[in-house]
Amino acid sequence: MKFGIIQFPGSNCDQDAYHVLANVFGQPTRYVWHKEASLGDVDCVVVPGGFSYGDYLRTGAIARFSPAMKAVAAHAKDGGLVIGICNGFQILCEAHLLPGALIRNKGLKFICEHVDLRVETTNSPFTNTGRRGQVLRIPIAHGEGCYFAEPSVIQQLQDEDRILVRYVNNPNGSVDNIAGICNEGRNVFGLMPHPERASETALGSEDGRLIFESILRAAVNA
Amino acid sequence: MKAKIIVMPKKTVLDPQGKTVQHALESLGFKGIQEVRIGKFIEVELKAGNQATLKKKLDEACSKLLSNPVIEDYEFSIK
Repeated sequence: MKFGIIQFPGSNCDQDAYHVLANVFGQPTRYVWHKEASLGDVDCVVVPGGFSYGDYLRTGAIARFSPAMKAVAAHAKDGGLVIGICNGFQILCEAHLLPGALIRNKGLKFICEHVDLRVETTNSPFTNTGRRGQVLRIPIAHGEGCYFAEPSVIQQLQDEDRILVRYVNNPNGSVDNIAGICNEGRNVFGLMPHPERASETALGSEDGRLIFESILRAAVNA
Repeated sequence: MKAKIIVMPKKTVLDPQGKTVQHALESLGFKGIQEVRIGKFIEVELKAGNQATLKKKLDEACSKLLSNPVIEDYEFSIK
């Protein structure tokens, strides 16, 4: 499966994602500079974490207008897989590829720690190798990770089984303990935690592998 | 011409920054404060032109980039 990792000025988890996909999973992986208007033959796009454009104005607000994001939107519309991690999740929300927004953590602090996530559904290309209720230990590292959407949107996410992971202990004030959601077509996934930082035993947890293994399985079954 | 734009978090959105500042003001002895909310103030220099056209353009700029309608409201004046 061919992976493409978008690089914005200020991305800083792009190399972690590259390492995991190319070296840990042995998948053909390449970077896509934010000025590239085409993704080429990429099957799955990773919008990585970081501080794109210095988080100026709002997190993700400027990155969403880059040429690469237009290509990501077209890729998503065609049913291609997209995963946005941390700043990537914020960008996907700003780009309206996912509903809602990420705002300042309730406690105002930047939080960098391992948290427990519960897999809420296995009905997605990103969680299909998990069990419902399975708990994953994956780090978060964000100042603006408090998920917000109007009650009607939250209801819709619940009704359509689109909340893929929730925090066991809500660290940031996110509505309904939401840590990650998918779009209506279930091919676009955004989450605040960093599975790419939890894919090797040397880093203290391998639980993040589940997300990437699910993507690979989805490709085989596609 | 200059546009002055105010972007505020919606009433339904948590504003922990405003809450914290409110508590700080109270602990400094400022009485009677009911609520503090913190937003953004943006100034944009504009080439002079038809007010209605400028307003329309600014509306577009505010809803497309300067504010996120999911979490924020905006208002502006042009002088």
